[in-house]
Amino acid sequence: MQVKNASILNLVAGNGNILRNQSGVVMKITILLLESPYNHQSADSAYHFIQAAIRKGHEITGVFLYNDGVINATALMDPPQDDRHIASRWSELGARGIDIVACIAAGKRRGIIDSVLVPNVRISGLGQLASMIRKSDRLVTFGD
Amino acid sequence: MANDAFKLMITVRKAPHGSIYVQEAIEVMFIMASFDMDLSIVFLDDGVYALKQGQNTKELGIKGFSASLAALADWDVKNVYVDGDSLTQRNITPEQLVSVGEDEETGQPLHPRVLTTDELRVLMHQQDSILSS
Repeated sequence: MQVKNASILNLVAGNGNILRNQSGVVMKITILLLESPYNHQSADSAYHFIQAAIRKGHEITGVFLYNDGVINATALMDPPQDDRHIASRWSELGARGIDIVACIAAGKRRGIIDSVLVPNVRISGLGQLASMIRKSDRLVTFGD
Repeated sequence: MANDAFKLMITVRKAPHGSIYVQEAIEVMFIMASFDMDLSIVFLDDGVYALKQGQNTKELGIKGFSASLAALADWDVKNVYVDGDSLTQRNITPEQLVSVGEDEETGQPLHPRVLTTDELRVLMHQQDSILSS
């Protein structure tokens, strides 16, 4: 598989060791998430994909939330305590240095604005998606 | 456009109006067109319904996107394709499709170019990235 840019990992495993993909190929990956949390599996799948990719030593260039995907970023969600808290997942990934961006146009339609965001997630334009894609070897879309 | 420009394809695969996917995919097209990219748009599967002439969303109370589609060429989005098999399966002829603007020089309406699935496959392989919605 061809990799256009040799990349430097910006993520490390929990034990502090930088992981390498078994094949030695490190990919820069942009994640595009199009569905809201809970209603669809997409947000869970994207999250688990990211965890697995990081474990394999790949680099997540960024996560872009579009369509109903922007709802993943709201701090107003309050799921039952025995269920996963999807917005917190994104916030935690953001705290680990992954750029998590909710689309401003899609967000405004759905009430996702700066004042309701979980920490470590930001709002910006589709230009950010363009920039992430250009910097990545792969774009992986999670939608319905 | 330079030959080494980043090649991005945006695919539209879902039927219009019943969900917002097509509307927001068109918004992505306009943004991506403002970057220096070699942009291709492909309508396939139920997405081909978005191109059918004579749609009116007034009764639905939805703004609709027909005006946006007709302005694609004005924004330099000229590589607009439609999957011929998807049309055939849905009994739609190329003549029933809207134009996506006018040719700058001739003033003639620009229609989406009908591709075979094989041609589409080749086009997809040439892309640096494919944005699916």
